[in-house]
Amino acid sequence: MFIKQISVFIENKLGKLSKLTDVLGKNDIDICALTIADTTDFGVLRMIVNDPDKAVEVIKETGMIVKCTDVIAVTVEDKPGGLTHTLETLENKGINVEYIYAFIGKNKEGATVVIKVDNPQEAVDALGPENNIELVDAESLYR
Amino acid sequence: MSIYQPEKECMDRDEIKKIQSEKLVWQVKRMYENVELFRQRMDAKGLKPEDIKGVEDLSKLPFSYKQDLRDYYPYGLFAVPLKDVVRIHASSGTTGKQIVVGYTRNDLKIWDECMARQLVAAGGSDESIVQVSYGYGLFTGGLGAHGGAEHIGATVVPTSSGNTQRQIQTMIDFKSTILCCTPSYALYLGETVEEMGVKDKLSLKAGVFGAEPWTEDMRKAIEDKLGIKAHDVYGLSEIMGPGVSYECECQKGMHINEDNFIAEIIDPDTGEVLPEGSTGELVFTTITKEAFPVIRYRTRDICSLNYERCECGRTFIRMNKPTGRTDDMLIIRGVNVFPSQIEEVLLRLGANVTPNYQIIVDRVNNSDTLEVQVEMSEDIFSDDVKSIEKIEKTIKDNLKSVLGLSAKVTLVEPKSIVRSEGKAKRVIDNRKL
Ligand SMILES: [Zn+2]
Repeated sequence: MFIKQISVFIENKLGKLSKLTDVLGKNDIDICALTIADTTDFGVLRMIVNDPDKAVEVIKETGMIVKCTDVIAVTVEDKPGGLTHTLETLENKGINVEYIYAFIGKNKEGATVVIKVDNPQEAVDALGPENNIELVDAESLYR
Repeated sequence: MSIYQPEKECMDRDEIKKIQSEKLVWQVKRMYENVELFRQRMDAKGLKPEDIKGVEDLSKLPFSYKQDLRDYYPYGLFAVPLKDVVRIHASSGTTGKQIVVGYTRNDLKIWDECMARQLVAAGGSDESIVQVSYGYGLFTGGLGAHGGAEHIGATVVPTSSGNTQRQIQTMIDFKSTILCCTPSYALYLGETVEEMGVKDKLSLKAGVFGAEPWTEDMRKAIEDKLGIKAHDVYGLSEIMGPGVSYECECQKGMHINEDNFIAEIIDPDTGEVLPEGSTGELVFTTITKEAFPVIRYRTRDICSLNYERCECGRTFIRMNKPTGRTDDMLIIRGVNVFPSQIEEVLLRLGANVTPNYQIIVDRVNNSDTLEVQVEMSEDIFSDDVKSIEKIEKTIKDNLKSVLGLSAKVTLVEPKSIVRSEGKAKRVIDNRKL
Protein backbone atom coordinates (compact mmCIF):
# COMPACT_ATOMS: atom_id res chain seq x y z
CA MET A 1 0.00 0.00 0.00
CA PHE A 2 3.03 2.23 0.26
CA ILE A 3 4.23 4.31 -2.61
CA LYS A 4 7.96 4.89 -3.01
CA GLN A 5 8.68 8.57 -3.33
CA ILE A 6 12.06 9.77 -4.59
CA SER A 7 13.50 12.94 -3.05
CA VAL A 8 16.52 14.71 -4.47
CA PHE A 9 18.60 17.57 -3.09
CA ILE A 10 18.87 20.27 -5.74
CA GLU A 11 20.75 23.53 -5.64
CA ASN A 12 18.80 26.49 -6.93
CA LYS A 13 21.09 26.96 -9.87
CA LEU A 14 20.52 27.07 -13.56
CA GLY A 15 20.58 23.67 -15.20
CA LYS A 16 20.41 21.56 -12.04
CA LEU A 17 16.83 20.45 -12.57
CA SER A 18 17.21 19.71 -16.26
CA LYS A 19 20.28 17.62 -15.51
CA LEU A 20 18.11 15.42 -13.33
CA THR A 21 15.16 15.12 -15.72
CA ASP A 22 17.58 14.39 -18.52
CA VAL A 23 19.08 11.44 -16.65
CA LEU A 24 15.64 10.05 -15.93
CA GLY A 25 14.54 10.49 -19.52
CA LYS A 26 17.61 8.76 -20.91
CA ASN A 27 16.90 5.80 -18.65
CA ASP A 28 13.25 5.53 -19.70
CA ILE A 29 11.96 6.54 -16.32
CA ASP A 30 8.58 8.17 -16.43
CA ILE A 31 7.70 10.83 -13.89
CA CYS A 32 4.10 10.43 -12.68
CA ALA A 33 4.13 13.28 -10.19
CA LEU A 34 6.58 15.96 -9.17
CA THR A 35 6.74 18.72 -6.61
CA ILE A 36 9.48 20.97 -5.23
CA ALA A 37 9.81 22.35 -1.75
CA ASP A 38 12.33 25.11 -1.95
CA THR A 39 14.24 27.80 -0.09
CA THR A 40 16.28 30.53 -1.73
CA ASP A 41 19.37 28.32 -2.00
CA PHE A 42 18.17 24.81 -2.45
CA GLY A 43 15.14 22.71 -3.08
CA VAL A 44 13.97 19.23 -2.32
CA LEU A 45 12.44 17.66 -5.36
CA ARG A 46 9.89 14.96 -4.65
CA MET A 47 8.76 12.58 -7.37
CA ILE A 48 6.70 9.53 -8.01
CA VAL A 49 8.19 7.58 -10.90
CA ASN A 50 7.36 4.31 -12.64
CA ASP A 51 10.60 2.58 -11.57
CA PRO A 52 11.79 4.01 -8.23
CA ASP A 53 14.66 1.55 -7.67
CA LYS A 54 16.17 2.25 -11.04
CA ALA A 55 15.62 5.99 -10.54
CA VAL A 56 17.57 5.93 -7.26
CA GLU A 57 20.36 4.03 -8.94
CA VAL A 58 20.75 6.34 -11.94
CA ILE A 59 20.43 9.52 -9.86
CA LYS A 60 23.08 8.24 -7.43
CA GLU A 61 25.41 7.68 -10.36
CA THR A 62 25.26 11.36 -11.21
CA GLY A 63 26.56 12.11 -7.71
CA MET A 64 23.35 13.76 -6.54
CA ILE A 65 21.89 13.00 -3.14
CA VAL A 66 18.74 10.94 -3.38
CA LYS A 67 16.49 9.29 -0.87
CA CYS A 68 13.54 6.93 -1.11
CA THR A 69 10.63 7.50 1.28
CA ASP A 70 7.38 5.60 1.78
CA VAL A 71 4.28 7.71 1.31
CA ILE A 72 0.64 6.85 0.79
CA ALA A 73 -1.74 7.99 -1.94
CA VAL A 74 -5.48 8.23 -2.03
CA THR A 75 -7.96 8.95 -4.79
CA VAL A 76 -10.06 11.97 -4.11
CA GLU A 77 -13.25 12.87 -5.89
CA ASP A 78 -12.97 15.98 -7.97
CA LYS A 79 -15.48 18.06 -6.07
CA PRO A 80 -15.37 20.68 -3.31
CA GLY A 81 -14.43 19.20 0.06
CA GLY A 82 -13.19 16.00 -1.55
CA LEU A 83 -10.01 15.91 0.53
CA THR A 84 -11.56 16.89 3.81
CA HIS A 85 -12.85 13.45 4.69
CA THR A 86 -9.40 11.88 4.29
CA LEU A 87 -7.65 14.54 6.32
CA GLU A 88 -10.26 14.42 9.07
CA THR A 89 -9.95 10.67 9.32
CA LEU A 90 -6.21 10.97 9.84
CA GLU A 91 -6.66 13.84 12.23
CA ASN A 92 -9.11 11.85 14.33
CA LYS A 93 -6.54 9.11 14.76
CA GLY A 94 -3.90 11.67 15.79
CA ILE A 95 -1.81 11.16 12.64
CA ASN A 96 0.14 14.22 11.68
CA VAL A 97 0.47 15.02 7.97
CA GLU A 98 3.97 16.31 7.11
CA TYR A 99 3.15 17.38 3.59
CA ILE A 100 0.71 16.69 0.84
CA TYR A 101 0.45 17.18 -2.91
CA ALA A 102 -1.96 16.19 -5.62
CA PHE A 103 -1.83 15.26 -9.26
CA ILE A 104 -4.18 14.04 -11.94
CA GLY A 105 -3.37 10.40 -12.62
CA LYS A 106 -3.49 8.82 -16.05
CA ASN A 107 -6.63 6.72 -15.91
CA LYS A 108 -8.23 8.32 -12.96
CA GLU A 109 -11.42 10.07 -12.34
CA GLY A 110 -10.53 12.74 -9.86
CA ALA A 111 -7.16 13.48 -8.36
CA THR A 112 -4.52 11.37 -6.68
CA VAL A 113 -3.27 12.89 -3.45
CA VAL A 114 0.12 11.93 -2.04
CA ILE A 115 0.40 12.16 1.73
CA LYS A 116 3.56 11.97 3.83
CA VAL A 117 3.12 10.98 7.45
CA ASP A 118 5.53 9.84 10.16
CA ASN A 119 4.28 6.29 10.17
CA PRO A 120 2.68 5.25 6.88
CA GLN A 121 1.42 1.90 8.21
CA GLU A 122 -0.66 3.69 10.83
CA ALA A 123 -2.15 5.85 8.12
CA VAL A 124 -2.98 2.86 5.93
CA ASP A 125 -4.70 1.20 8.89
CA ALA A 126 -6.61 4.38 9.66
CA LEU A 127 -7.88 4.89 6.14
CA GLY A 128 -9.14 2.10 3.90
CA PRO A 129 -12.51 0.95 2.51
CA GLU A 130 -14.39 0.97 5.82
CA ASN A 131 -14.02 4.75 5.73
CA ASN A 132 -14.94 4.90 2.09
CA ILE A 133 -11.44 6.09 1.14
CA GLU A 134 -9.70 4.59 -1.85
CA LEU A 135 -6.00 3.97 -1.24
CA VAL A 136 -4.00 3.84 -4.43
CA ASP A 137 -1.59 0.94 -4.75
CA ALA A 138 1.84 1.31 -6.25
CA GLU A 139 1.23 -0.83 -9.35
CA SER A 140 -1.70 1.19 -10.58
CA LEU A 141 0.21 4.40 -10.02
CA TYR A 142 3.40 3.37 -11.79
CA ARG A 143 1.48 2.00 -14.77
CA MET B 1 57.30 2.19 18.75
CA SER B 2 60.94 2.21 17.70
CA ILE B 3 63.24 5.14 17.10
CA TYR B 4 65.23 5.19 13.88
CA GLN B 5 68.36 7.01 15.04
CA PRO B 6 68.24 7.15 18.86
CA GLU B 7 71.82 8.45 18.94
CA LYS B 8 70.54 11.59 17.22
CA GLU B 9 66.84 11.76 18.02
CA CYS B 10 67.46 11.29 21.76
CA MET B 11 70.61 13.40 22.04
CA ASP B 12 71.35 15.36 25.15
CA ARG B 13 70.02 18.95 24.89
CA ASP B 14 73.51 20.34 25.48
CA GLU B 15 74.83 18.14 22.72
CA ILE B 16 72.11 19.40 20.34
CA LYS B 17 73.02 22.98 21.15
CA LYS B 18 76.70 22.26 20.55
CA ILE B 19 76.03 20.67 17.16
CA GLN B 20 73.69 23.48 16.16
CA SER B 21 76.30 26.09 17.05
CA GLU B 22 79.07 24.40 15.09
CA LYS B 23 76.90 23.89 12.03
CA LEU B 24 75.45 27.39 12.15
CA VAL B 25 78.92 28.95 12.17
CA TRP B 26 79.90 26.75 9.22
CA GLN B 27 76.71 27.60 7.31
CA VAL B 28 76.96 31.37 7.83
CA LYS B 29 80.55 31.40 6.65
CA ARG B 30 79.93 29.42 3.46
CA MET B 31 76.75 31.32 2.64
CA TYR B 32 78.55 34.62 3.09
CA GLU B 33 81.09 33.44 0.55
CA ASN B 34 78.68 31.90 -1.94
CA VAL B 35 75.29 33.62 -1.79
CA GLU B 36 75.31 37.22 -2.95
CA LEU B 37 71.97 38.22 -1.40
CA PHE B 38 72.98 36.89 2.01
CA ARG B 39 76.32 38.72 1.84
CA GLN B 40 74.54 41.98 0.98
CA ARG B 41 72.14 41.60 3.89
CA MET B 42 74.96 40.80 6.31
CA ASP B 43 76.93 43.80 5.09
CA ALA B 44 73.88 46.03 5.43
CA LYS B 45 73.70 45.02 9.09
CA GLY B 46 77.43 45.46 9.49
CA LEU B 47 77.84 41.79 10.30
CA LYS B 48 80.77 39.55 9.46
CA PRO B 49 80.63 35.74 9.61
CA GLU B 50 83.07 35.87 12.57
CA ASP B 51 80.40 37.72 14.60
CA ILE B 52 78.34 34.54 14.67
CA LYS B 53 79.87 32.24 17.26
CA GLY B 54 76.94 29.98 18.03
CA VAL B 55 73.16 29.63 18.31
CA GLU B 56 73.08 32.46 20.86
CA ASP B 57 73.92 34.82 17.97
CA LEU B 58 71.17 33.53 15.68
CA SER B 59 68.83 36.46 16.31
CA LYS B 60 71.45 38.89 14.97
CA LEU B 61 71.18 37.36 11.50
CA PRO B 62 68.98 38.81 8.75
CA PHE B 63 65.68 37.16 7.79
CA SER B 64 64.99 35.62 4.40
CA TYR B 65 61.67 35.50 2.59
CA LYS B 66 59.73 33.62 -0.03
CA GLN B 67 59.99 36.65 -2.29
CA ASP B 68 63.78 36.13 -2.40
CA LEU B 69 63.23 32.88 -4.30
CA ARG B 70 61.21 34.72 -6.90
CA ASP B 71 63.69 37.58 -7.19
CA TYR B 72 66.61 35.19 -7.66
CA TYR B 73 64.75 32.65 -9.82
CA PRO B 74 65.85 30.03 -10.62
CA TYR B 75 69.36 29.35 -9.28
CA GLY B 76 70.43 32.68 -7.80
CA LEU B 77 70.40 31.56 -4.17
CA PHE B 78 72.23 28.26 -4.59
CA ALA B 79 75.40 27.96 -2.49
CA VAL B 80 77.09 25.33 -4.66
CA PRO B 81 77.87 25.15 -8.38
CA LEU B 82 75.12 23.50 -10.43
CA LYS B 83 77.31 20.50 -11.15
CA ASP B 84 76.96 19.53 -7.46
CA VAL B 85 73.19 19.80 -7.57
CA VAL B 86 71.60 16.42 -8.23
CA ARG B 87 67.91 17.28 -7.88
CA ILE B 88 65.62 20.25 -8.40
CA HIS B 89 62.18 20.73 -6.87
CA ALA B 90 59.81 23.60 -7.41
CA SER B 91 56.45 24.73 -6.24
CA SER B 92 54.16 27.14 -7.91
CA GLY B 93 53.32 29.95 -5.58
CA THR B 94 49.71 31.01 -5.63
CA THR B 95 50.83 34.18 -7.32
CA GLY B 96 53.53 34.72 -9.87
CA LYS B 97 56.67 32.77 -10.55
CA GLN B 98 57.32 29.33 -9.21
CA ILE B 99 60.03 28.92 -6.63
CA VAL B 100 62.98 26.63 -7.25
CA VAL B 101 65.11 24.70 -4.77
CA GLY B 102 68.06 22.34 -5.25
CA TYR B 103 69.69 19.44 -3.43
CA THR B 104 73.19 17.96 -3.39
CA ARG B 105 73.68 14.22 -2.96
CA ASN B 106 74.30 14.84 0.74
CA ASP B 107 71.15 16.98 1.04
CA LEU B 108 69.10 14.09 -0.33
CA LYS B 109 70.71 11.67 2.13
CA ILE B 110 69.76 13.94 5.04
CA TRP B 111 66.24 14.37 3.67
CA ASP B 112 65.86 10.59 3.39
CA GLU B 113 67.02 10.23 6.99
CA CYS B 114 64.56 12.83 8.23
CA MET B 115 61.66 11.15 6.46
CA ALA B 116 62.93 7.75 7.67
CA ARG B 117 62.66 9.03 11.25
CA GLN B 118 59.03 9.89 10.58
CA LEU B 119 58.19 6.56 9.02
CA VAL B 120 59.81 4.60 11.83
CA ALA B 121 58.00 6.79 14.38
CA ALA B 122 54.78 5.77 12.60
CA GLY B 123 55.68 2.09 13.03
CA GLY B 124 57.44 1.66 9.71
CA SER B 125 60.24 -0.85 9.12
CA ASP B 126 61.78 -2.89 6.32
CA GLU B 127 58.65 -5.02 6.47
CA SER B 128 56.31 -2.12 5.70
CA ILE B 129 54.59 -1.59 2.39
CA VAL B 130 54.47 2.16 1.91
CA GLN B 131 52.01 3.55 -0.60
CA VAL B 132 53.04 7.04 -1.66
CA SER B 133 49.96 8.85 -2.92
CA TYR B 134 51.54 12.28 -2.86
CA GLY B 135 52.03 13.74 -6.30
CA TYR B 136 55.40 12.89 -7.83
CA GLY B 137 57.28 15.49 -9.77
CA LEU B 138 58.47 18.97 -8.93
CA PHE B 139 56.35 18.89 -5.76
CA THR B 140 58.47 17.57 -2.85
CA GLY B 141 55.75 15.33 -1.39
CA GLY B 142 56.07 12.27 -3.62
CA LEU B 143 59.82 11.90 -3.88
CA GLY B 144 60.34 13.02 -0.28
CA ALA B 145 58.19 10.26 1.18
CA HIS B 146 59.55 7.84 -1.40
CA GLY B 147 63.18 8.47 -0.39
CA GLY B 148 62.46 7.99 3.31
CA ALA B 149 60.58 4.76 2.72
CA GLU B 150 63.37 3.30 0.56
CA HIS B 151 65.88 4.42 3.17
CA ILE B 152 64.33 2.16 5.83
CA GLY B 153 64.12 -0.69 3.35
CA ALA B 154 60.35 -0.66 3.12
CA THR B 155 58.60 -1.81 -0.04
CA VAL B 156 57.55 1.36 -1.84
CA VAL B 157 54.39 1.53 -3.93
CA PRO B 158 54.70 4.83 -5.82
CA THR B 159 51.11 5.31 -6.95
CA SER B 160 51.37 9.11 -6.96
CA SER B 161 48.10 11.00 -6.57
CA GLY B 162 44.85 10.62 -8.46
CA ASN B 163 42.63 7.81 -9.72
CA THR B 164 41.08 7.18 -6.35
CA GLN B 165 39.33 3.89 -7.14
CA ARG B 166 42.56 2.36 -8.39
CA GLN B 167 44.48 3.73 -5.40
CA ILE B 168 42.15 1.80 -3.14
CA GLN B 169 42.30 -1.36 -5.22
CA THR B 170 46.11 -1.16 -5.12
CA MET B 171 45.99 -0.60 -1.39
CA ILE B 172 43.91 -3.76 -0.99
CA ASP B 173 45.80 -5.96 -3.46
CA PHE B 174 49.35 -4.90 -2.51
CA LYS B 175 48.48 -4.99 1.21
CA SER B 176 49.89 -1.50 1.81
CA THR B 177 50.53 -0.87 5.51
CA ILE B 178 51.48 2.82 5.48
CA LEU B 179 49.87 5.57 3.41
CA CYS B 180 51.58 8.88 2.61
CA CYS B 181 49.55 11.72 1.08
CA THR B 182 47.95 15.08 1.85
CA PRO B 183 45.36 14.96 4.65
CA SER B 184 42.56 16.17 2.39
CA TYR B 185 43.31 13.37 -0.03
CA ALA B 186 43.50 10.88 2.86
CA LEU B 187 40.04 11.97 3.92
CA TYR B 188 38.77 11.64 0.37
CA LEU B 189 40.28 8.15 0.15
CA GLY B 190 38.62 7.33 3.49
CA GLU B 191 35.25 8.52 2.26
CA THR B 192 35.60 6.47 -0.90
CA VAL B 193 36.66 3.40 1.11
CA GLU B 194 33.51 3.90 3.15
CA GLU B 195 31.36 4.22 0.03
CA MET B 196 32.89 1.07 -1.43
CA GLY B 197 32.48 -0.74 1.90
CA VAL B 198 36.00 -2.16 1.79
CA LYS B 199 37.50 -0.95 5.08
CA ASP B 200 37.94 -4.51 6.37
CA LYS B 201 39.92 -5.47 3.27
CA LEU B 202 42.66 -2.91 4.01
CA SER B 203 45.98 -3.81 5.65
CA LEU B 204 46.75 -0.16 6.51
CA LYS B 205 48.12 0.53 9.98
CA ALA B 206 49.39 4.08 9.79
CA GLY B 207 49.41 7.17 7.65
CA VAL B 208 51.85 10.05 7.29
CA PHE B 209 50.05 13.16 6.14
CA GLY B 210 51.27 16.67 5.49
CA ALA B 211 51.77 19.53 3.03
CA GLU B 212 48.61 21.35 4.06
CA PRO B 213 46.96 22.39 7.31
CA TRP B 214 44.51 20.00 8.96
CA THR B 215 42.70 19.79 12.24
CA GLU B 216 42.45 17.28 15.08
CA ASP B 217 38.87 16.53 14.05
CA MET B 218 40.01 15.79 10.54
CA ARG B 219 42.61 13.45 12.03
CA LYS B 220 39.89 11.57 13.90
CA ALA B 221 37.79 11.29 10.75
CA ILE B 222 40.73 9.91 8.74
CA GLU B 223 41.74 7.48 11.49
CA ASP B 224 38.20 6.25 11.77
CA LYS B 225 37.47 5.86 8.08
CA LEU B 226 40.77 4.15 7.23
CA GLY B 227 41.29 2.32 10.54
CA ILE B 228 44.79 3.74 11.04
CA LYS B 229 46.90 5.96 13.26
CA ALA B 230 47.43 9.26 11.41
CA HIS B 231 50.74 11.09 11.84
CA ASP B 232 51.29 14.70 11.01
CA VAL B 233 54.45 15.51 9.07
CA TYR B 234 55.58 19.06 8.45
CA GLY B 235 57.77 20.46 5.76
CA LEU B 236 58.10 22.99 3.04
CA SER B 237 60.26 22.87 -0.01
CA GLU B 238 62.14 26.06 0.90
CA ILE B 239 63.47 24.24 3.97
CA MET B 240 63.67 20.72 2.52
CA GLY B 241 60.29 19.10 1.95
CA PRO B 242 58.25 16.77 4.17
CA GLY B 243 60.20 15.64 7.24
CA VAL B 244 61.36 18.98 8.66
CA SER B 245 59.41 17.86 11.70
CA TYR B 246 57.59 14.64 12.40
CA GLU B 247 55.08 13.21 14.77
CA CYS B 248 55.76 10.30 17.11
CA GLU B 249 53.17 7.88 18.51
CA CYS B 250 52.21 10.39 21.23
CA GLN B 251 50.60 12.63 18.55
CA LYS B 252 51.29 15.70 20.62
CA GLY B 253 53.25 17.91 18.29
CA MET B 254 55.93 17.30 15.70
CA HIS B 255 59.57 16.75 16.68
CA ILE B 256 61.80 19.13 14.76
CA ASN B 257 64.87 17.52 13.24
CA GLU B 258 67.07 19.85 15.25
CA ASP B 259 70.35 18.39 14.06
CA ASN B 260 69.47 19.93 10.67
CA PHE B 261 67.08 22.77 11.38
CA ILE B 262 66.91 25.49 14.01
CA ALA B 263 63.44 26.83 14.75
CA GLU B 264 62.50 30.18 16.24
CA ILE B 265 59.16 31.82 16.97
CA ILE B 266 59.00 35.52 16.21
CA ASP B 267 56.51 38.33 16.28
CA PRO B 268 55.56 38.62 12.59
CA ASP B 269 55.19 42.40 12.85
CA THR B 270 58.32 43.39 14.76
CA GLY B 271 60.58 40.43 13.96
CA GLU B 272 61.42 40.07 17.67
CA VAL B 273 62.12 36.55 18.96
CA LEU B 274 59.33 35.62 21.37
CA PRO B 275 59.78 33.89 24.73
CA GLU B 276 59.59 30.07 24.95
CA GLY B 277 56.07 28.76 24.48
CA SER B 278 54.70 31.84 22.71
CA THR B 279 52.64 31.63 19.58
CA GLY B 280 54.02 33.49 16.59
CA GLU B 281 55.58 33.04 13.18
CA LEU B 282 57.78 30.02 12.71
CA VAL B 283 61.25 30.77 11.34
CA PHE B 284 63.76 28.14 10.20
CA THR B 285 67.50 28.07 9.63
CA THR B 286 68.88 25.12 7.69
CA ILE B 287 72.28 24.32 9.18
CA THR B 288 73.30 21.30 7.11
CA LYS B 289 71.72 22.08 3.73
CA GLU B 290 74.40 22.51 1.04
CA ALA B 291 72.70 23.39 -2.26
CA PHE B 292 69.93 25.71 -1.12
CA PRO B 293 70.45 26.81 2.48
CA VAL B 294 68.35 29.44 4.21
CA ILE B 295 69.01 31.58 7.25
CA ARG B 296 66.03 32.63 9.35
CA TYR B 297 63.47 31.84 6.68
CA ARG B 298 60.02 33.26 7.38
CA THR B 299 57.61 30.33 6.92
CA ARG B 300 54.46 32.46 7.47
CA ASP B 301 53.13 29.56 9.56
CA ILE B 302 51.80 30.51 12.96
CA CYS B 303 52.49 28.05 15.75
CA SER B 304 54.30 27.54 19.06
CA LEU B 305 57.22 25.37 20.18
CA ASN B 306 57.04 22.87 23.02
CA TYR B 307 60.28 22.40 24.99
CA GLU B 308 58.89 19.76 27.37
CA ARG B 309 60.42 16.32 27.22
CA CYS B 310 58.23 13.98 25.13
CA GLU B 311 57.09 10.64 26.53
CA CYS B 312 58.49 8.85 23.48
CA GLY B 313 62.05 9.52 24.63
CA ARG B 314 63.05 11.86 21.81
CA THR B 315 64.73 15.05 22.94
CA PHE B 316 64.01 17.12 19.84
CA ILE B 317 61.61 19.93 20.66
CA ARG B 318 58.13 19.77 19.21
CA MET B 319 56.20 22.30 17.17
CA ASN B 320 52.46 22.44 17.53
CA LYS B 321 50.32 22.12 14.46
CA PRO B 322 50.29 25.53 12.73
CA THR B 323 47.00 27.24 13.51
CA GLY B 324 47.11 29.44 10.47
CA ARG B 325 49.32 31.44 8.22
CA THR B 326 50.27 35.06 8.46
CA ASP B 327 49.38 35.34 4.79
CA ASP B 328 46.15 33.37 4.55
CA MET B 329 44.57 34.96 7.51
CA LEU B 330 41.47 36.68 6.23
CA ILE B 331 40.40 39.99 7.62
CA ILE B 332 36.63 40.13 7.28
CA ARG B 333 34.83 43.20 8.55
CA GLY B 334 37.93 43.84 10.66
CA VAL B 335 37.89 40.41 12.27
CA ASN B 336 40.81 37.98 11.84
CA VAL B 337 39.56 34.72 10.44
CA PHE B 338 41.60 31.59 9.83
CA PRO B 339 40.11 28.95 7.52
CA SER B 340 41.08 26.35 10.13
CA GLN B 341 38.57 27.87 12.57
CA ILE B 342 35.78 27.36 10.08
CA GLU B 343 36.91 23.82 9.46
CA GLU B 344 36.80 23.07 13.20
CA VAL B 345 33.22 24.27 13.37
CA LEU B 346 32.12 22.06 10.51
CA LEU B 347 33.90 18.99 11.80
CA ARG B 348 32.63 19.44 15.33
CA LEU B 349 29.06 19.06 14.09
CA GLY B 350 29.72 15.34 14.06
CA ALA B 351 30.25 12.69 11.45
CA ASN B 352 27.03 13.77 9.80
CA VAL B 353 28.46 16.71 7.91
CA THR B 354 31.07 16.05 5.30
CA PRO B 355 33.97 18.33 6.00
CA ASN B 356 34.37 19.44 2.42
CA TYR B 357 33.75 23.15 2.32
CA GLN B 358 34.74 26.39 0.67
CA ILE B 359 34.95 29.91 2.02
CA ILE B 360 33.90 32.70 -0.30
CA VAL B 361 34.68 36.26 0.68
CA ASP B 362 33.36 39.19 -1.28
CA ARG B 363 32.64 42.85 -0.88
CA VAL B 364 29.16 44.16 -1.55
CA ASN B 365 28.35 47.85 -1.06
CA ASN B 366 31.62 48.42 0.79
CA SER B 367 30.88 45.69 3.27
CA ASP B 368 32.61 42.31 3.43
CA THR B 369 30.52 39.21 2.99
CA LEU B 370 31.44 35.74 4.16
CA GLU B 371 29.84 32.69 2.68
CA VAL B 372 30.63 29.13 3.67
CA GLN B 373 29.56 26.47 1.23
CA VAL B 374 29.22 23.02 2.71
CA GLU B 375 28.62 19.87 0.76
CA MET B 376 25.40 17.99 1.44
CA SER B 377 25.79 14.38 2.41
CA GLU B 378 23.50 11.39 2.32
CA ASP B 379 23.13 11.01 6.05
CA ILE B 380 21.97 14.56 6.68
CA PHE B 381 19.66 14.76 3.69
CA SER B 382 16.00 14.56 4.45
CA ASP B 383 12.97 14.96 2.22
CA ASP B 384 11.87 17.52 4.77
CA VAL B 385 13.13 21.04 4.09
CA LYS B 386 12.83 22.06 7.74
CA SER B 387 15.44 19.60 8.96
CA ILE B 388 17.89 20.72 6.29
CA GLU B 389 17.35 24.32 7.27
CA LYS B 390 18.00 23.34 10.86
CA ILE B 391 21.44 22.02 9.92
CA GLU B 392 22.20 25.25 8.08
CA LYS B 393 21.20 27.18 11.15
CA THR B 394 23.36 25.08 13.47
CA ILE B 395 26.40 25.73 11.30
CA LYS B 396 25.57 29.42 11.11
CA ASP B 397 25.13 29.73 14.87
CA ASN B 398 28.38 27.92 15.60
CA LEU B 399 30.30 30.06 13.12
CA LYS B 400 28.88 33.14 14.73
CA SER B 401 30.02 32.08 18.18
CA VAL B 402 33.50 30.97 17.07
CA LEU B 403 34.30 33.79 14.65
CA GLY B 404 32.17 36.54 16.08
CA LEU B 405 30.90 37.13 12.55
CA SER B 406 27.75 36.14 10.81
CA ALA B 407 28.22 34.07 7.72
CA LYS B 408 25.89 32.92 5.02
CA VAL B 409 25.83 29.13 4.99
CA THR B 410 24.93 27.37 1.78
CA LEU B 411 24.50 23.64 1.46
CA VAL B 412 25.60 22.51 -1.96
CA GLU B 413 25.47 19.26 -3.88
CA PRO B 414 28.09 16.65 -3.01
CA LYS B 415 31.41 16.81 -4.87
CA SER B 416 30.44 20.19 -6.32
CA ILE B 417 33.33 21.87 -4.51
CA VAL B 418 36.50 21.21 -6.44
CA ARG B 419 38.52 18.71 -4.47
CA SER B 420 41.98 18.80 -5.89
CA GLU B 421 43.92 15.69 -5.21
CA GLY B 422 46.89 17.81 -4.22
CA LYS B 423 46.09 20.83 -2.11
CA ALA B 424 42.53 21.82 -1.37
CA LYS B 425 41.38 25.27 -2.41
CA ARG B 426 39.53 26.44 0.64
CA VAL B 427 39.29 30.17 0.20
CA ILE B 428 38.03 32.26 -2.66
CA ASP B 429 38.51 35.95 -1.98
CA ASN B 430 36.73 38.01 -4.61
CA ARG B 431 37.44 41.33 -2.92
CA LYS B 432 39.46 43.78 -4.92
CA LEU B 433 41.39 45.48 -2.16
ZN1 LIG C 1 57.60 12.15 20.91
